[in-house]
Amino acid sequence: MLLLTTAVIAILGYLAGTRRALALSGGRSSTMHSRPGYYGSFVAVWTALPALLVLAAWLIISPAVINNVVRSDFPAEALAQSSATQSLNFGMIEGIARGLNALSPDETAQAERNPGDLRALMGGRGVAIAGDPEPYMVKAAIDLNRMRMLNSWGSTVGVLIVAVLGALISYRLIAPRFRARNRVEHVILGSLILASSIAILTTVGIVASMLTEATQFFHAIPAWEFFFGTVWDPRFAAAGSGGSEGQFGLVPLLLGTLYIGFVAMLFAVPVGLFSAIYMAEYASPRLRSVVKPLLEVLAGIPTIVYGFFALTTVGPFLRDISAQIAGLTTGNYTSFIQAQSVLTAGFVMGIMLIPYVSSLSDDIITAVPRAMRDGSLGLGATRSETVKRVILPAALPGIVGAILMTASRAIGETMIVVLAAGVAARMQINPFEPMTTVTVKIVNQLTGDLEFTSPQTLVAFALGITLFAITLCLNIYALYIVRKYREQYE
Amino acid sequence: MNMMSEAAVEKALDQKMNDVSYKMVGKDVSVYYGEKRALFDVNLNVRENTVTALIGPSGCGKSTFLRCLNRMNDTIESCRVTGRITLDTDDIYDPSIDVVELRARVGMVFQKPNPFPKSIYENIAYGPRIHGLARNKADMDQIVEASLQRAGLWNEAKDRLQESGTGLSGGQQQRLCIARAIAVSPEVILMDEPCSALDPIATAKVEELIHELRSNYTIVIVTHSMQQAARVSQRTAMFHLGQLVEENDTDKMFTNPDDQRTQDYIMGRFG
Repeated sequence: MLLLTTAVIAILGYLAGTRRALALSGGRSSTMHSRPGYYGSFVAVWTALPALLVLAAWLIISPAVINNVVRSDFPAEALAQSSATQSLNFGMIEGIARGLNALSPDETAQAERNPGDLRALMGGRGVAIAGDPEPYMVKAAIDLNRMRMLNSWGSTVGVLIVAVLGALISYRLIAPRFRARNRVEHVILGSLILASSIAILTTVGIVASMLTEATQFFHAIPAWEFFFGTVWDPRFAAAGSGGSEGQFGLVPLLLGTLYIGFVAMLFAVPVGLFSAIYMAEYASPRLRSVVKPLLEVLAGIPTIVYGFFALTTVGPFLRDISAQIAGLTTGNYTSFIQAQSVLTAGFVMGIMLIPYVSSLSDDIITAVPRAMRDGSLGLGATRSETVKRVILPAALPGIVGAILMTASRAIGETMIVVLAAGVAARMQINPFEPMTTVTVKIVNQLTGDLEFTSPQTLVAFALGITLFAITLCLNIYALYIVRKYREQYE
Repeated sequence: MNMMSEAAVEKALDQKMNDVSYKMVGKDVSVYYGEKRALFDVNLNVRENTVTALIGPSGCGKSTFLRCLNRMNDTIESCRVTGRITLDTDDIYDPSIDVVELRARVGMVFQKPNPFPKSIYENIAYGPRIHGLARNKADMDQIVEASLQRAGLWNEAKDRLQESGTGLSGGQQQRLCIARAIAVSPEVILMDEPCSALDPIATAKVEELIHELRSNYTIVIVTHSMQQAARVSQRTAMFHLGQLVEENDTDKMFTNPDDQRTQDYIMGRFG
């Protein structure tokens, strides 16, 4: 509602500003520095922007202020309680405050006199309260309601005043020599910078939050035990039991991650690369225009769906076929590939990665100048000789970059692994056995009823930041290679 | 009487044809790009050990004709060629002809120098390697040296054979591309505006090179520069709007052309 009013004022400001500029110009637009629309926009910006800033500041600051005021009115014995209990009390007051809004004035008065009735009264109105309120809580709740009411009126009036003031001041500023156009451009520039910095700031925020939690974890568990420990056994310790009995060795998880990623790349790179070569060098434009989007559809399938595929189709298939092979060779029909295994996960993940490899490589191969192809073909080389000896060497750095980018996706993949490779953190080299990865364990550690401050939970953040560091390095290296390659031809 | 003289003229023409040996003969060559027709029944013969220049305004079909001679037009999806082109006695569009072998016999140098992003040595060795021309390393070394010698690049490049071919100057790159074409010992070399991306000094060197190569190879060169055609070629063919206007000795072409359009083009009245 408030936003709508501000918007209306801004629009009015725009119209008024435009009209004033038109009036000032007296029909000859050359007398004004900017076109009338810019003066209008200038007024609108000056109306909306300060008002919105004031509103934002108000929304951020006022709850904290109100909270403090209410708490300072707590009786001494309530203030003496632990901060957690105080938070609970405050939550209850908020609940009561909401409930009071549903009561009639008479009932409110009754409740104030006799807090014991409150629960029953509110229950009648369909508002539940956690426990029997203490007398000071009812009073505090009434205060809270009053302050909130005041606050909302105050903010409305304040914002509207600022909006109107902004409109008036900027309206006054309109003059023939006034450079409204440049001012408006500045605002646009500012908003563009803001938009682009949001993504970066978010990244910084994510890293910071992971770092703080990870530091907490490293207080409980020494870093070297985490990074070099070879046993992963977090032991879901109960709250308050010290919690550090478990062993948090990163090595088995990291090995699992790299192993499964490696198997996935083993499938994805040759298939993806070959399909990219076919698309770029051999396919007719018509076929290309059909097949390439189809291939890219693969990239849009949610990974959990690939997980189903692995769980219900690929895994059992590999298990059964391995039983057949074992039976034919040794006569003993026991499968040597388990349904959940590194091979299953790697294979399905490889299928998921094919479109990434092929699409990126395709772009890179197509970017190799036509002159290279002509030069080679003109010497009497065949298509495949040209691809093998000229185009692939020329495109190699870019392709390596594409593969590295794909690898960082493989490392970050979760859902396929959960369903296809299991959750057993083991160190072994048999691809037919289950293994697990860092991401799977992050999910494992963060789900379930666990105390949030225990190492069992915090380890997830340490894992997360390790993974983040690995993929970041891979991506930076990949970008570096790709960029270096770009410079070569332009 | 009249009939007799016509027969006599034909006989005389035949005689003349037998005097000169034609390396390549194009008969009723037409080229279509999709629906668009780019060449109209061109009859043009290329003499052996001669430099033949193809001139004409932009878009007249001279490059298209050149690219027909080693079937580089095959690499363009929508392109269709009709008519008959022979190399010695082989019809190069005959299904039994291997296009790879044809291109080894008819080499090509392109408008923009396009060395591979490999070393100078590897650039030259590329062709001989795919055609299996060298039996061992010494053979290959010899081919590379001979090709660079012929292209007049040996003295400049002999100390940096392992450096990248893309590190050479534009003129050197173009001579490297010529050396690369020579390395597979072709019979005909096609050049598509080989100097258009070069400065005058590099151009002079390439022209000199073309002059020398004439004794061993048959050369067909497309050029926009009339002076260049006059300097390097013995025969000149003038194209206009997809048709062959005139084909003649270069000297005659530039002093006393048969066709008015040639005259106009050479005088700079259009094009």
